[in-house]
Amino acid sequence: MIDLSKTIDLSTTYLGLKLKNPLVVSSSPLCEDVGNIRRMEDSGAAAVVLHSLFEEQIEMESMELDRFMTESSGIGAEATTHFPELTSPVRGMEGYLKHIEACKSAVQIPVIASLNGISQGGWLDYAKKIQQAGADALELNIYYIPVDANVTGEQVEQRYIDLIRAIKNTVAIPVAVKLGPYFSSPANMAKKCDAAGADAIVLFNRFYQPDYDLEALEVVPNLMLSTQYELLLRLHWIAVLYGQVKADLALTGGVHAATDVIKSMMAGAKVAMVASALLKRGISYLDALATELLVWMGEHEYDSIRQMQGSMSRNAVPQPAAFERANYMKVLSSYAMR
Amino acid sequence: MGEWADQWSAEGRPNIWGTVPTVVEMQSEGGAAGALHGALQAGSLSTTFTASQGLLLMIPNMYKIAGELTSTVFHIAARALAAHALSIFGDHSDVMAARSTGFGMLSSASVQEVMDMALIAHAATLEARVPFLHFFDGFRTSHEVAKIEQLVDDDIRAMIDMDLVDAHRARALNPERPVIRGTAQNPDVYFQGREAVNSYYLATPTIVQNAMDKFAKIVGRQYHLFDYTGAPDAERVIIIMGSGGEVAKEAVEALCASGEKVGLLQIRLFRPFPVETFVAALPASTKSIAVLDRTKEIGATGEPLYCDVVTALVEMGQADKKVIGGRYGLGSKEFTPAMVKGVFDELKKPSPKNHFTLGIVDDVTHTSLDYDPEFSTEVPGTVRALFYGLGADGTVGANKNSVKIIGEETDNYAQGYFVYDSKKSGAITVSHLRFGPKPLHSSYLISKASFVACHQFSFLERLDVLKCAEPGAVFLLLSPFGPDQVWDQLPRTAQKQIIQKKLKFYVIDGYEVAKNTGMGGRINTIMQTCFFAISGVLPRADAIEAIKHSIEKTYGKRGESVVKKNFAAVDATLENLFEVKVPEKVSSLFDIRPAVPAQAPEFVQKVTARIIMGEGDDLPVSAFPVDGTYPVATAQWEKRNIALEIPAWDEVLCIQCGKCVLVCPHAAIRAKVYEDSVLKDAPAAFKAVPARWKDLKDRKYTLQVAPEDCTGCTLCVQVCPAKNKSEVKLRAINMVAQPPIREAEAANWEFFMNIPDTDRKILAVNQIKDAQLLQPLFEFSGACSGCGETPYLKLMTQLFGDRLLAANATGCSSIYGGNLPTTPYCTNSDGRGPTWSNSLFEDNAEFGMGLRLAADKQNEYARELLVRLNGAVGDELVQAILTANQRTEQGIFDQRERVKLLKEKLAGNTTHEGRDLLILADALVKKSVWILGGDGWAYDIGYGGLDHVLASGRNVNVLVMDTEVYSNTGGQASKATPRGAVAKFAAGGKPMGKKDLAMMAVTYGSVYVARIAMGAADQHTVKAIMEAEAFDGPSLIIAYSHCIAHGYDLANGMEQQKAAVNSGYWPLFRYNPDLVAQGKNPFQLDSKAATIPLKDYIYNETRYTMLVKSNPEEASRLLELAKEDVASKWKLYDYWAKMPVNGGEQK
Repeated sequence: MIDLSKTIDLSTTYLGLKLKNPLVVSSSPLCEDVGNIRRMEDSGAAAVVLHSLFEEQIEMESMELDRFMTESSGIGAEATTHFPELTSPVRGMEGYLKHIEACKSAVQIPVIASLNGISQGGWLDYAKKIQQAGADALELNIYYIPVDANVTGEQVEQRYIDLIRAIKNTVAIPVAVKLGPYFSSPANMAKKCDAAGADAIVLFNRFYQPDYDLEALEVVPNLMLSTQYELLLRLHWIAVLYGQVKADLALTGGVHAATDVIKSMMAGAKVAMVASALLKRGISYLDALATELLVWMGEHEYDSIRQMQGSMSRNAVPQPAAFERANYMKVLSSYAMR
Repeated sequence: MGEWADQWSAEGRPNIWGTVPTVVEMQSEGGAAGALHGALQAGSLSTTFTASQGLLLMIPNMYKIAGELTSTVFHIAARALAAHALSIFGDHSDVMAARSTGFGMLSSASVQEVMDMALIAHAATLEARVPFLHFFDGFRTSHEVAKIEQLVDDDIRAMIDMDLVDAHRARALNPERPVIRGTAQNPDVYFQGREAVNSYYLATPTIVQNAMDKFAKIVGRQYHLFDYTGAPDAERVIIIMGSGGEVAKEAVEALCASGEKVGLLQIRLFRPFPVETFVAALPASTKSIAVLDRTKEIGATGEPLYCDVVTALVEMGQADKKVIGGRYGLGSKEFTPAMVKGVFDELKKPSPKNHFTLGIVDDVTHTSLDYDPEFSTEVPGTVRALFYGLGADGTVGANKNSVKIIGEETDNYAQGYFVYDSKKSGAITVSHLRFGPKPLHSSYLISKASFVACHQFSFLERLDVLKCAEPGAVFLLLSPFGPDQVWDQLPRTAQKQIIQKKLKFYVIDGYEVAKNTGMGGRINTIMQTCFFAISGVLPRADAIEAIKHSIEKTYGKRGESVVKKNFAAVDATLENLFEVKVPEKVSSLFDIRPAVPAQAPEFVQKVTARIIMGEGDDLPVSAFPVDGTYPVATAQWEKRNIALEIPAWDEVLCIQCGKCVLVCPHAAIRAKVYEDSVLKDAPAAFKAVPARWKDLKDRKYTLQVAPEDCTGCTLCVQVCPAKNKSEVKLRAINMVAQPPIREAEAANWEFFMNIPDTDRKILAVNQIKDAQLLQPLFEFSGACSGCGETPYLKLMTQLFGDRLLAANATGCSSIYGGNLPTTPYCTNSDGRGPTWSNSLFEDNAEFGMGLRLAADKQNEYARELLVRLNGAVGDELVQAILTANQRTEQGIFDQRERVKLLKEKLAGNTTHEGRDLLILADALVKKSVWILGGDGWAYDIGYGGLDHVLASGRNVNVLVMDTEVYSNTGGQASKATPRGAVAKFAAGGKPMGKKDLAMMAVTYGSVYVARIAMGAADQHTVKAIMEAEAFDGPSLIIAYSHCIAHGYDLANGMEQQKAAVNSGYWPLFRYNPDLVAQGKNPFQLDSKAATIPLKDYIYNETRYTMLVKSNPEEASRLLELAKEDVASKWKLYDYWAKMPVNGGEQK
C-alpha cells in the first residue's frame, strides 16, 4: 500500500511559518485548555490560534470587581468592608500569557495568539506582552460594531488601519488581521490592511447575532456553530483577493470536510481554519480531515497543496464573472426558468 | 485584627520564625477560646482577638487558661455589652466582666500604644506565665487611622526571649513526657491549689515593667505601669484607662499651661493591680482624685477602677485623699477635653459629686456633671476636616488614603476617625480627619472644623452639615449645579452659615466628572483631589502625585484599568472645581426638612426625631424607657428620600400579579383592592383601575409606591412579567426620577394608606396574587437597597404578623429590625402586629423556644381556667373556644370574636381565677412563634441550640435567611459559605463545601423542613412558609438570600436566585412529616435537575470571580469540586424524593 503522506506534500506557509499541512485550528473555547492544544497537535493540526483575549472584558471585569468591593464598603461601623483584600493581583492578561507559555512548551506547532478589542491604548501593551510570552504570531480580531449612525464607513476602516499600523510598529512577530464581511468593499479593505502591514488576512469573522426570546421578550446572545453553507462567502472573497494582496489569506468559517479545505486552497487560501467542526465532532476529527485530504489528493493526482493554492481564484478560472454580478443574475434567471 | 491575621496568613506572610501562622475561624468565641486553650496546652504560641459578647463567651476558658498559668495574650477592642439594648460601640464593660478570670490586664490608650503594648504583653506573659488581656477602646482606638511608628520584626525578635518560648513548649502536653492537667479536686485541696499561683501574680507587675523598660531601650518609647502627666505639684488628679487618657492628657496639658495644678494618672496595668506602685505614681501633693470608669457596675459601691483606687489608698494609709468616681463614654459616648475640665472643676468644690456621670444629662437621678462645652484644646495649626459621604460611595476609603498620604508624605501627624449611621441603605458617613505638626491626642470627634466637605447634595436638606464649620472654614460641595446656579438650591440654614461664618465655598459636579472619566458612580478620588487642591495641606503637584501613588497601592491589585481610570478622574478634577461667589443675603425659599411629619406620635416627635437629626446626645435620661421597651411602627415617620429614581405604575399594562409587591425589600410598593366609593376624595394624580379578581370585579385596584421610602433598588421592575408590546423595555412598572413626582406621589401614598385593607377572610392568602393585598407589618427598614432577606420577613408578617412573636438572632436582621432611631415592625388597623425581640447571637433558638413555652403554658392555663369557670362563662362559649379550629383566617377571626365576648363576660368577675383568665384570654388565640436569623447564627454559633430546639418537638418556626456569610459584620465565612467562594477567613476561596443544614434537620423525621428561593419559585416560597406555620411542631425554612456580600448588582438578585436553583446549586424541597400519615413520601423535591452549568450561576458574583481573577488555577480546582457537590447533593435528594413511604424498594 502506498503511504500517501510520503508522496503528497501537504505543507504550506502562513505568516512566514512553515506548516506541515493547511489545517489550522481557529480561535475557540477549545483552545483554553493546554491538554486540548496537545490533542490538536497529536491529531494533525499544523498550528493553533488560541482563544481570544478580550480587551474590554479584562477592563470591565476589573472595574466591576472594584465597583462591588467599593460599594460594599463603608456601609456600617461593624462592616467596614464585605470582602477580604485580594490575596494576589488580578491576573488580567497574565493568565493568557501563562497560557501561551504553557502551550508553547507543550507543543511543537506554531501557537498564534488572538487579541480582541478596539482601543489603541491597552492593546499595544497587550500585543507586546503576547510577543514576549513566546507567541509565534498574533491574530487581531478587531470586533467593532459601529452602531452609531454618525460613524462613517471611512472612519471605521481608518480605525482598523490605525490599529494595524500601531500593532505592527509594536511587535516583530507576524500579524494576521481577522475581518468581518460587512465592508462596502471588502477587497479594498483587505488591500488597505495589506498596505498597513498585515501579514495575513483572515476571512471572515463570525459575529454574535443576537436572537429574540419571544416568550420572555428578551434579546438573547446567540452563537451558532458554522455550517458548510458559510464556506461559500469565504471562498468567494478569497478567490477575489488572491493575487491582489501581498498578505497571506486564511479561510475561516464553514470548513467541515476535507473537500472544504481543498476548496479553500483552490480559492487561494494558505490555510483553512476549523473550529465548529471540532466542537461538533471532537478534536480527533482533524486526523480524519488530514487523511481524507490525502486520499482526495491521491485520487485526483495532486502532488502538493501548493500546487492547488489559488488554482480556482478569480483570475485563474475561465469565467471570472462567476465572482461578479453577472453570475448573480445568471443564477437568478436559472431559478426563473425552472 | 483577626481578619488581617487571616489575610496575611492567606498571603503567606511569615512571622519572626519564618513560618506562616495558622489562622482558624471557629463557630463562636466560646469555640475559639476552647481551641486556643488546646493549642496552648499543646505548646503552641497562640493568640486570639475578640470583643463584647464574644469575650463573655471566652470567660469559662479564661479561668482555665489562667488557672493553668498559661502564657497567652487576648487582644480586645473593648466594647459595650448588650443590656437594655445592644451596642456595638466602645466601653470597658466587656473587659471588666472578665477581670476576675486571673488574666493580667494591660490597657492601651492610642493606636501607637496598641502596637507597642501588644508586644510588651506577649513578652511579659512568657516570663510571668500569667495570661494577658490587652485591651483598648473599641472603635475610638480600634477603628482610628493614625500615623504611628510601626514595629519591625527585629523589634519583635529582640523582645521575645526564646528560652521562655522553649519553656512554654516544654510545659506542653506531650505523650513523650506525659502529664495530666484539668483534674477534678475535692474540698480538701482545691483551695490550696487556687492559692498556689500567688507568687506568679506578685511577680507580674515587675515583669511587665521590665518588659516596658526593655521595649524602651529597643524602640525608644517608655511606658510605665502608671504614667503620670501634669503639674508635679498637682492637687487635683484624674485617673483613667484607655483612649480617654489621651483626651485627658490634652486637657491637662492645656490647663497646666494656664497655671492649674492638675494632673492625670493613666493606668496601663490594671490586673494584677500593684498597689504600692500606684500610690507612688501619684504626686504627693494630691488632695483630690476623680476616677473615671468607662463601664457601669450597677449596684456596686462604685465602678471597678474607682473601687481599686479607694482600696489602694486606704491600704497604703492615704485615706485622707478625697476620691470621687464617675462613669463616662459608655457605648462610645463622646468624651472631650471640656468634660475633663468639668471634672477638675468639680474636684475644686468642697463637696464634689461622687458616682457621677459625664457627657449626658441625667435629669432623673441627677448624677451628671455640668461642664462648659465651649472649652476647646484643639491645637492651633491643626487642619480639622469633616467629610459627609454616603456609605458605599468610597468617601471613607479615600479619607483613609488621605491620612496615609499626609502621614507618609509630610512631617505632619494625621488622624482619621469615621462615624456611620445605622442604616445599611443610604447610610451617612462622617469622616473626622486631623492633620498637624504636633502629635495628636484628640481622641474625640471634631466639633470645630476648618474644612467641611459634603459629598452628596441631598444631605443639605436633611442635615445641618455646616454646624461644625468654624468661621473662615472651607466648604466643598458636590453639586449638580454649577457655581452660578448652586446658591438658589441651598436651604436657608446652609446659606446663613456660609454668609455668617464667611466660608470659602467650592463646588464640583463630581458625578459628572466620574461619568466622563469612566468611573461610573465613583466620586471618591475626585473629591479627595478637591480636598488636597483646596486645603493646601500639600503643594498641589505633590498632592496629585501622592494621590496617584496611593491609587496604585490601593487599587493596583484590582487591575490596571482601575488605576488608569482613577488617574483620569484625578486629572479631570481641578478643571471642574469652582469657587462660588457668595451673595451677601440669605435668599432661599426653603430650609432643612423636619425630621418627622407633624402628625407623628409624641414619642417620635420628642425622642425619635431628635435622634434622626443627630441630636441624640442632647436627650436627657428621662426621655428614655427604663427597660429598653420602645414603641413599634416608627420607621414610617422617617422619610429618607434616598432613591434618585422610583418605580412608576403603568396601570394599563399591569396584570395585578403582585410579584413586585412580593419582592420589594422595603414594603415600599403595595396594592389594595377597595370599593369604588373610596375614590371620591382621591388626589388628582391617584391611579385606580378595575380589579382583576374574579370575585372582586366591581372593586378598584391600585398599586402605589411610597416615594420617600423606596430605596430605588429596581427589584420590582426586574420581576415584573408584563412588558409593553410596542416597546419591550417598558414594563408595568418603570423607574422614573423621584424629585419631580415626589410631592404628588407622597399625597397619593397618604391617601392610599387610608384606604381600608381588603378583608383577609375573603382572600386566598396562599396565593401571591391575593397575598399582595395583605398589609405588611414590616416596612421601610434600614436594610440594604435590594436586600434579599427582607422580602421573606415581610411576607411572614403579611401572613401571620397579627399574631406573631419574633425572636431575632443578632445580625443584619436584628440591626435593620431593631436599630434606633426607627424600627420597621408595625401594626395593623386593629393595633395588632409582630412583637419582636433580640436576645443574643448564640441563644436565639432557645430564646424563641422560651417564647413558645410561655405561649403554650399560658394557653394551657387559660384553657384550664375556662373549664373551671364554665359556670360563669357559659358552657357554649367555653366549648366553642376550646374546640375552635384556628387553621384559617376565618377561624382565627372567629376565635378573636369569642375571646372578645369572653373578656366582656369576665369584666365584672372579681375572683382570682376570673382575673387570671381575663389577663390571659388572648393566649387562647393561636400564636405564631418565629425564630429569625442568618446563617452565622443557625449554622455556626447558634447551631447547638437550634438543633436542640428542632429536636424538642415544640411548635416553633425557624426562618434562616441564608446569605452564606456573616453579612452584618462584613462577610466572614460561615459553615453556610459555599466551596470556592471568597470570604473573610476564606480569602483563598472556601476549601470545604457548604453544610447541608436542611438535610441534617430532615434526618430527625419530625421536623418540617423547606429550602426556598423566592426569586426562583415565589409560589413555592409562600406554600412552604404557610405549611411550616401550619405544622404543629418545629419547622425549619432555609431561604436563599442574595446579599451585597455576594458582589453583584442586587437589582439582579431574584434572577440570580433563579440561576442558583437552575444550576442545581440550591434545590428546592419541602419535607413535611404530616404527609407520612397520608401515605405519602414526606420529602418533596420541588425543583428540577440542573439546566444550566454551575459556572453560569456562580461566576456572576464577585465572591467567586475574585478568585478566578487572582488565582484561576485554584478557582478551577474548586469549581470542579463544587460541581461534584452539586451532583452528589442532587443524587441524594433525588433518592429521597423517590423513596417509598413505608420501607419497600425504591422504584
